[in-house]
Amino acid sequence: MSSRCNGLPSLWRMMTGAKVVSSCLWLGWAETTPDEWKGFAMPVVAAEQNEKFAAYAHPERLVSTDWLAANLDADSLVVVESNEDILLYETGHIPGAVKIDWHTDLNDALTRDYIDGEAFAALLGSKGITRETTVVIYGDKSNWWAAYALWVFTLFGHEDVRLLDGGRDKWIAEGRELTTETPKPAAVEYPVVERRDEAIRAFLPDVFEHFGKPLIDVRSPEEYSGERTTMPAYPEEGTLRGGHIPSAASVPWARAAAADGTFRNREELEAIYKGEAGLNEGDEVIAYCRIGERSSHTWFVLKHLLGFENVRNYDGSWTEWGNAVRVPIVKGAEPGEVPAARR
Amino acid sequence: MTVSAQNIPAQLAEIIDDFQAMEEPERLQLLLEFSRSLPDLPEHLAGQPELLEQVVECQSPLFLTLEIGDGPEEPVEIYFSAPPEAPTTRGFAGVLHEGLNGLPAAEILAVPDDVPEQLGLTRAITPLRLRGMSAMLARIKRQITDARAAV
Repeated sequence: MSSRCNGLPSLWRMMTGAKVVSSCLWLGWAETTPDEWKGFAMPVVAAEQNEKFAAYAHPERLVSTDWLAANLDADSLVVVESNEDILLYETGHIPGAVKIDWHTDLNDALTRDYIDGEAFAALLGSKGITRETTVVIYGDKSNWWAAYALWVFTLFGHEDVRLLDGGRDKWIAEGRELTTETPKPAAVEYPVVERRDEAIRAFLPDVFEHFGKPLIDVRSPEEYSGERTTMPAYPEEGTLRGGHIPSAASVPWARAAAADGTFRNREELEAIYKGEAGLNEGDEVIAYCRIGERSSHTWFVLKHLLGFENVRNYDGSWTEWGNAVRVPIVKGAEPGEVPAARR
Repeated sequence: MTVSAQNIPAQLAEIIDDFQAMEEPERLQLLLEFSRSLPDLPEHLAGQPELLEQVVECQSPLFLTLEIGDGPEEPVEIYFSAPPEAPTTRGFAGVLHEGLNGLPAAEILAVPDDVPEQLGLTRAITPLRLRGMSAMLARIKRQITDARAAV
């Protein structure tokens, strides 16, 4: 196939209509794109320009509620809602938004891992998302789960994926339109791309190799210190030990969010992560939490807002580290020492 | 295993049967309906959060309290409070409210702890979220036990 646009099966072209074809023309895919879809795609929907975003390292990764309201009908834009609460979308969502559930849609059911390229292609295709689609993700709790979905999209190299600054709560607080009507997008073709974990995902052995460089624990101070948060006869958390990874700095994820759920401005974020947590320009950083969701939010902040190039999310996080055999932890409020190299 | 074979009160067993008779998407829809039907706090509790106990295991704020009535059966009135933006948590509370409210204390104490797992939602709802419902049930039972001990 010489190009995706010209070589499309006619049925697929009929189903998707002119919208996608025109975006292909705009992108100049026609003669230059090889069969692989991994090349650079220009954003079809121009990035938002405003003073707050301009200060961030990658302003094109955010959109405001104003911008989204004005661009809801844009061709080649799909809005995705991703929440902690699995039923929230059904109570009302941004018109046209599709739902992606991190647990049932993005996780592999049998292995503690994310879905593979084929499942991702099937999922996105079913939501009307092509490889060139501009995807805007939003969700509850200051975009905590939306950031997680964005991080998983990034594992598959989806080029143009953005967060709605302030998420679901801000949209609702502003009295904007909601609907309970579930869109039924025509299925489109999303290519099967191999998931590439290494750049943004850390595994347990990677954390050992990383010791000596900054780690950020984004859980609550109580989880960080290992203090008991449940009382006798109450259901216990699933982790055997409480505490944190040695040398990790504590920066609870929600500190990056202002009261209205939007991201704090660049200056405030620099004060938190560089001032308090001691990160320096060019640092390689690993962030973790309990299962990797809250740390996706911090990953987004460090990577896209503050411009740290090498940030990985350790999604095994405390549920793995806190239970693993012969793995050291530190209790209490202090980060603790970097452990001696193993063996 | 049939529901009736266990110590599950009829009004709760009926709800479990309803869930089990459905496919997963319908189960979620039913849970959403329970979230809508959860009654508001009565006047004497509304605006008095200190009278309610927070179920911290829930990922969204949920508060509950109960009152044990006079009489040999000790009928239990259960009250829940959860915000509309937490429909899953409200749904679990709604199931427990409709399934347990008004029952004698002894019947509630005898309800098996694994009732949340019997709703057939373990695939759609993460274990952590289901644990929130187990925690509600555990705290209801503990409050009953504490209240009886205090008499």
